[in-house]
Amino acid sequence: MDISRFEKISNTEWRIAPFGAMRAPGIIYATESLLVEMDDKVFEQVTNVAMLPGIVRASYAMPDAHWGYGFPIGGVAAFDPKAGGVVSAGGVGFDVSCGVRTHLTGLSRDQILSVQEELADALYAHVPVGVGSEGDIGLDTAEMTAMLTGGAKWAMERGWGRPEDLERIEEQGCVDGADPAAVSDHARRRQRREMGTLGSGNHYLEVQEIVEIFDEAIAASYGLVRGECVVTIHCGSRGLGHQIGTEFLREMVVSSEQFGIVLPDRELACAPINSELGQRYLGAMRAAINCALANREIIGHLTRQVFAHFFRHGELPLMFDVSHNTCKLETHDVDGEARELFVHRKGATRAFGPGHASLPEALRPSGQPVLIGGSMGAGSYVMAGIARSELKAFSSACHGAGRRMSRHAATRTWSGRQVVDALRGEGIIVKSPSMRGVAEEAPGAYKDVRAVVDSAEASGLAKKVAYLRPLICIKG
Amino acid sequence: MSNVDFSDFSRLRWEHFAHDADMGIRGFGPTPAKAFEQAALAMTAVVTDVGLVQLEKEIEIELEAPKLDLLFIDWINALVFEMADKRMVFGAFRVDISNGRLKGKALGEKVSRERHAPAVEVKGATFTELVVVEERPGLWRAQCVIDV
Repeated sequence: MDISRFEKISNTEWRIAPFGAMRAPGIIYATESLLVEMDDKVFEQVTNVAMLPGIVRASYAMPDAHWGYGFPIGGVAAFDPKAGGVVSAGGVGFDVSCGVRTHLTGLSRDQILSVQEELADALYAHVPVGVGSEGDIGLDTAEMTAMLTGGAKWAMERGWGRPEDLERIEEQGCVDGADPAAVSDHARRRQRREMGTLGSGNHYLEVQEIVEIFDEAIAASYGLVRGECVVTIHCGSRGLGHQIGTEFLREMVVSSEQFGIVLPDRELACAPINSELGQRYLGAMRAAINCALANREIIGHLTRQVFAHFFRHGELPLMFDVSHNTCKLETHDVDGEARELFVHRKGATRAFGPGHASLPEALRPSGQPVLIGGSMGAGSYVMAGIARSELKAFSSACHGAGRRMSRHAATRTWSGRQVVDALRGEGIIVKSPSMRGVAEEAPGAYKDVRAVVDSAEASGLAKKVAYLRPLICIKG
Repeated sequence: MSNVDFSDFSRLRWEHFAHDADMGIRGFGPTPAKAFEQAALAMTAVVTDVGLVQLEKEIEIELEAPKLDLLFIDWINALVFEMADKRMVFGAFRVDISNGRLKGKALGEKVSRERHAPAVEVKGATFTELVVVEERPGLWRAQCVIDV
């Protein structure tokens, strides 16, 4: 990335002054070294997003930003429907509400290591993972509709979760405004046997050790204790979400002309929020969010079943569940005025600061947990939302390490077997149906997650709470 | 030997191209239809080795679109749907295109974790790097990035 095109606001904030058709500036939060490493497409996509109607304040990018579809991955942009604002299927992505949840176990590293192999095998056998895998839960039409409107609440009511889980999930586990009628038959068919499945690619289930604590008070309020272990699950809305993304992207590309929206890039396909297409997309997207929340709740339930087999008191309370591919209606203060905005976070996580009303009472003083996945080798972080993030990027933070190497290049650099063996040498058991899939997810293919979270903290987006290292990694 | 014209085969091939977190698929052929077939093979190769796929079952796809590139993305997305819905992988394709209408067949089998060791799941075809173009007379290229 050529950084001479930026105005340096601080060591971790870079501004692109509006030029051409941009309606707002672009702002990238990153250290200079992360910014230099970013591909030029990020600059192009941040500035393209800034050209969309109704954008408020700025087009943002997080420290892990990289080339996406229209929006950069790691992109944040809010739109005001009263100003002709748009909603973009590309700004949400193909895996609607892909996200991360972390369960506490209260178990020590030694307790996990005493059954590490068997636990890894059991998780791999019990949680459907990888291409072609199927869940045991088949949904008829009525149940599918109930799931699309009920989300994690629906799953809990069916016995695949606990009531106390819901307050630990964004939107209490169920978003309003889902419209099952906007979900196509193709999308429903794709989901038929995929409830409670992990998927593949960069999705995973990890048993992780809490290795380092950065903020003792917040860690304590989250229930994080050094030396204890957690279970983290990363996946999204599965086939239903992918089909919704596919269909609406296509429809929006073709329709934008009729709305008089000049797209600087076809992938930025969007529709005015206050249009039939925009509303229909929002209805379908919210249904997909509920599907993702239900899916992670079911996988959490399956994980609890496995742990109960090995550990008598395997309660696994849910610490928190975040989503990072969404467009949410939120109220934000803009220049002293409360405005209802549609905030797109594409590969970015919501990060409400302390005191936010949506947070459960136990977490409210600390701010929202923000779960940042790294790579199998590098580990992950728990961060906390902070007040400054509101003015910085509508309370948003990064979501992961971001890739530094394509899948194509990764499979030419490493073999899956090599990666599995190397990680085993470090005490990490990796289970996956595909060695090529493992190679594509090799730790070396990802940026340094520590650099990303340090940058996010320095930028005022969130603060570090804990660092986690995997002991078991199940991937698809 | 025979009088088979092998010259077409030298223009038939597929390849992958790099795109960050996802994969680019690209097919070449003497006609758009052949390029579409090759690109579909490239997609299979993202999931598993094409040579491992037994051609046991055939499914049919019919589509219509006003432009070739939209027809291509619809073709790929139709295959993605069939792969997901029927839990299949496909190892051979036949495509006919005329007047904006595509009639296609995909041959394959149910995906098997043991035999195919599928690497990733294709979520959908994107408009990124979407191109259908005649590079030179008698050589068509069809490509796009697929989200995995």
